[in-house]
Amino acid sequence: MAELKLMKGNEAIAEAAIRAGADGYFGYPITPQSEILEYLMVEDAFKRTGMVVLQAESEIAAINMVFGAASTGKKILTSSSSPGVSLMQEGISYIAGAEVPCLIVNVVRGGPGLGSIQPSQADYFQSVKGGGHGDYRLIVLAPASVQEMCDFVPLGFDLAFKYRIPVLMLSDGLIGQMMEKVIMFDQIPRATQFDQSWSLTGKPANRQRNTVTSLDMDPYGMENHNRNLQAKYTKIEENEVRFEAIFCDDAEFIFVAYGASARICQKSTQLARDKGLKVGLFRPITLFPFPKKELLALAGKTKAFLSVEMSAGQMIEDIQIATKGKVNVEHFGRYGGVIHSPTEVLEAMENLIKNS
Amino acid sequence: MTEEIIIAGFGGQGVLLMGKILAYSGMMQDMEVSWMPSYGPEMRGGTANVTVIFSTERINSPILNEFDTAIVLNQQSLDKFESLIKPGGILLYDNSGITRFPSRQDIDIYCVEASEEAARMSMAISFNMIVLGAYLKISPFVKLDNVIKGLTKSLPSRHHHTIPMNRDAIVRGMEIVKKDIK
Repeated sequence: MAELKLMKGNEAIAEAAIRAGADGYFGYPITPQSEILEYLMVEDAFKRTGMVVLQAESEIAAINMVFGAASTGKKILTSSSSPGVSLMQEGISYIAGAEVPCLIVNVVRGGPGLGSIQPSQADYFQSVKGGGHGDYRLIVLAPASVQEMCDFVPLGFDLAFKYRIPVLMLSDGLIGQMMEKVIMFDQIPRATQFDQSWSLTGKPANRQRNTVTSLDMDPYGMENHNRNLQAKYTKIEENEVRFEAIFCDDAEFIFVAYGASARICQKSTQLARDKGLKVGLFRPITLFPFPKKELLALAGKTKAFLSVEMSAGQMIEDIQIATKGKVNVEHFGRYGGVIHSPTEVLEAMENLIKNS
Repeated sequence: MTEEIIIAGFGGQGVLLMGKILAYSGMMQDMEVSWMPSYGPEMRGGTANVTVIFSTERINSPILNEFDTAIVLNQQSLDKFESLIKPGGILLYDNSGITRFPSRQDIDIYCVEASEEAARMSMAISFNMIVLGAYLKISPFVKLDNVIKGLTKSLPSRHHHTIPMNRDAIVRGMEIVKKDIK
């Protein structure tokens, strides 16, 4: 039976991983997401479902363990925070190139470099533009509540296996550390059958050998492989866009924000509506694929967009590309680990309204 | 109904736990709750604070810059949060170590001598429960029974034998809280 719990976002990810029937977790502790590994250890995931939980010697080791384990067709995840995810980029590029499904969680903190340990959204570029080398994309999910931290674990695995692609859950220190009510889904048993068409399960006599690799010495072969990858990304853009629109129907001005910033903007939207201002909130849930069509449709009937991010302005570029110059798009955001307050965000919107 | 609370003090005073118990208690009463700590180096000293919201409606932002209630347990927190209380709101403070007292005229100010009382009762670790009791007396949004349930959920089972002692501390806090006369 589904269970009502009060949990931190990080704990919700860990519990959801066990319940989603994950086969393995490999990771290395880093603030603000260490509770994920800690919870999996305290809960003794191995005892509950046989899920392997291992603290690797580094993030580089962890992502390569993910690559190896996920190559067997099993459900594997890892988690880290910004500096740790940067260390993983080489491995993520290999996994994307080899088309291996897995789930990666980034609970973002302030950067660049070691940065700060407070919440940030400055890893947007890295997440949606391909953080490592080569022409690749990840499916990027942006949870805005503890409930979504839970729900996006099974969703992430489903998408990863549907498209044979690494899925990135782009969270931040705020959603990771806060506690909210969460309805936990029932335990899903771990799989016993694995996809024989590509995974390394031990070759039976009656099928061809499967190879998992990102290497092809023949450039024409590699070009062909890239074409297939691009076709897959196009299919994902056509079918997997997710978003939430709040008060957008009659809005003259719209906040565009994801994750923690979307929560803060929800309050600012409420405050604006209380003042009689026609303000709405558009929240992309998938950052790749980005809800381009939906934003373009809104651009035609809106005076301006305000992109609110805990960064110096990264998602704003995707909004500008999507809306093709049809609407003025401005940015507001604090960064480096500072969280903007609902009234600060409202003031930025009021200034935009005044100057429009 | 929505109650937006900030609880602030030194790391180690039990600020986060107090917030957690309140959040659990709100959940027991079918309310929406959120608990957002200032996390990180505070565990090793310095100031710690937590924002707790309970509401009969869906909670939007877990981060706030004005509050219905501020519970402050040291001078730095008093200096920082007194001005962020909404007009008509509540300030509850522990007077130990306070040299600059609250001065706002448009809020209700309550004092609980929790540090002294905890020392007198020889239960320094129940200090935060005395403060919690004081809050429950001023703003009875959550029932004592649900607070005890919240306490049971928040504490690891090895500490469950302390629950009767904590209950006594909460009740004591309810008794000794007093309104500042302006």
